[in-house]
Amino acid sequence: MLGLGIIKGLVETGRNFVGSYFKPERLVTIQYPEKHLPPVEAARTIPFLVYDGKDSMKGLRCTACTICETECPPKCIYIVKDTVKKPDYLGKMQNQPKVFDIDISVCMGCGICVEVCPFESIKMDQVFELSGSDRFGAMLLHKAQLVKSNDYFGEICHEQATQINAARADDVRKAEAKAKADADAKAKAAAVAVSNAAAGVAAVAASSMTATPGTTQPDSKPAPKAASTSTPLPAPSKPTVPSATP
Amino acid sequence: MIDSLDQIFVSLKHWLVGLTPEAWQPLVSILVSIVPIMALFGTCFAATTIFERKILGRAQNRLGPNRVRAFGVKTFGLLQPIADGIKMLTKEDIVPFAADKVVHFLAPVVLTTPAWMLFSVIPLGRNMAAIDLDAGILFFFAVGSASELAVFMAGWSSKNKYSLVGSMRAIAQMISYEVPLVLSTIPVLMLAGTLSPSQVVEAQGVGTGFFAHWFVFTPWGLSGFVVFLIAATAESNRSPFDLPEAESEIIAGFLTEYSGFKYALFFLGEYIGLFAVAGMAVTLFLGGWQAPCKALEFIPSYLWFFGKFAVLIVFFIWVRATLPRLRLDQLLALAWRFLVPLALINLVVAALWHFMGSWQFIAAMPVRWGICAMLVVLPFVWFARLLNGGKVAPRKYRYAE
Ligand code: SF4
Ligand code: SF4
Repeated sequence: MLGLGIIKGLVETGRNFVGSYFKPERLVTIQYPEKHLPPVEAARTIPFLVYDGKDSMKGLRCTACTICETECPPKCIYIVKDTVKKPDYLGKMQNQPKVFDIDISVCMGCGICVEVCPFESIKMDQVFELSGSDRFGAMLLHKAQLVKSNDYFGEICHEQATQINAARADDVRKAEAKAKADADAKAKAAAVAVSNAAAGVAAVAASSMTATPGTTQPDSKPAPKAASTSTPLPAPSKPTVPSATP
Repeated sequence: MIDSLDQIFVSLKHWLVGLTPEAWQPLVSILVSIVPIMALFGTCFAATTIFERKILGRAQNRLGPNRVRAFGVKTFGLLQPIADGIKMLTKEDIVPFAADKVVHFLAPVVLTTPAWMLFSVIPLGRNMAAIDLDAGILFFFAVGSASELAVFMAGWSSKNKYSLVGSMRAIAQMISYEVPLVLSTIPVLMLAGTLSPSQVVEAQGVGTGFFAHWFVFTPWGLSGFVVFLIAATAESNRSPFDLPEAESEIIAGFLTEYSGFKYALFFLGEYIGLFAVAGMAVTLFLGGWQAPCKALEFIPSYLWFFGKFAVLIVFFIWVRATLPRLRLDQLLALAWRFLVPLALINLVVAALWHFMGSWQFIAAMPVRWGICAMLVVLPFVWFARLLNGGKVAPRKYRYAE
């Protein structure tokens, strides 16, 4: 009959009204500035630049390759390459950005810059209290404001950071092994010039199993580097790709 | 003693007017009536805005506004109306470039002024109507319908499609619901035999019996009261009939282009209209300022009036917390296919009730009650069936080819 549903609804809201005074656990909202909800790992707001170690400028992972600048849909990243290079985590000399700006009033938080960065250098942050009284200047974040330590990244995205750290440690180990093998090979080559081919096999076997004997050292060099950039990439892309088709 | 407490405001007014020179007395008398009414219902408005938000919040398991502090002292949000008022007054008043400036300016005034005038005929207590008009109820509905004009002025002058759609909806809704609103009051006028609100209230008094004869305690009165309440909700554009302002569909309807103080005036006007129509519901069906039984008559009449009034307002808020918004076709169907027929049948029921009142035989009372109750309940069930088309099932959507 017409009206019964209305009465049921009235009873329900009436119960909520009385119940919310006696059972605080009924309240679905929290008192925001005083209390915060626990952070969600998949949450993302604006990007930040990751650095290793203590010094944010020395440990900066960014190599100023400008891929993110090119790919950013609203074009809110601005990069100027520095003329001096600095060593990266493998000790290789790399470019570094002199200027790295992100206009967060333009950034739409799509995370594409994170997807395309080959150096695990840019990641999505979870800060959201970003309001400022200046509409233009305060919303343009410079390099110094964008850098955050790898430890911080580990705090907000624990799983992903662990994976990346493991992969990078692996890289370092491989690079060391390779350097050692190279050094050994060189020593042997200098000592025994005749048994050239045998030393080459030993060096390659130490770095990669797939390499055929007879490959020379300069050719096998990029192999660990390619592995370091390609293996961790699928991991960050996973949460952003919706798994619609089972 | 009890009488003097009951009449304290009336005596106060007489005393105040008596203090002034004779030539001024008519003017002072008017002022002394108007100022308390405006102050009282203005305060009611402020209180309702905060309590409405509080109750809505609690009904949805939220806390509601609880932030406003005064000089560092926690007020549990009770000062929210003051904060809102300051905000409204200091906001920029934006008038669209293409708007009809004069009409755009006049619309809030045209809405608010008649809304205040409605209180002049409502008896707030024994001998406490500002003007005791003989045709007060007629005056009430005549002036009350001015709000339609204001809403349409607002929508039309804004030169905005949302405003126009909103005001068109408002016109369709308010004119449709005016019909059941007025029709549902007619039985009261028939049985009380007068158009004067004060005499309608007198007719519902305790009289010689023990219990008061509030009209809502009769079959036709109950039916009329329900129809009146539904129509009154629609008349004052409140949820679930808030289509003219439907935020999720047309931004703010006819209020879209209003800001600052003009918006506040609209807000005020709508609440004042709601108060007036709730006051009229109390007057017509809930016995006005009459106590429900002889034993409770020692409580002053104005307290009875405001008690009933507050209950009705809380009920309106409760309904708002509960019901979702209707679609426009549902809204009009409810008015024309449900409320109007019920109100028309109610006329017949009231007439029957009146004539059966003179029956003298044994068990005349139960027979009278039975027949009238049946005549109220059966059409209700029947029209409710028709309204649903006899079946309730998920809607089938047809898409354009
Ligand atoms: S999150 Fe998207 S919009 Fe923001 S900087 Fe990265 S690519 Fe640009
Ligand atoms: S893609 Fe990565 S490494 Fe390249 S400029 Fe952007 S943040 Fe730096």
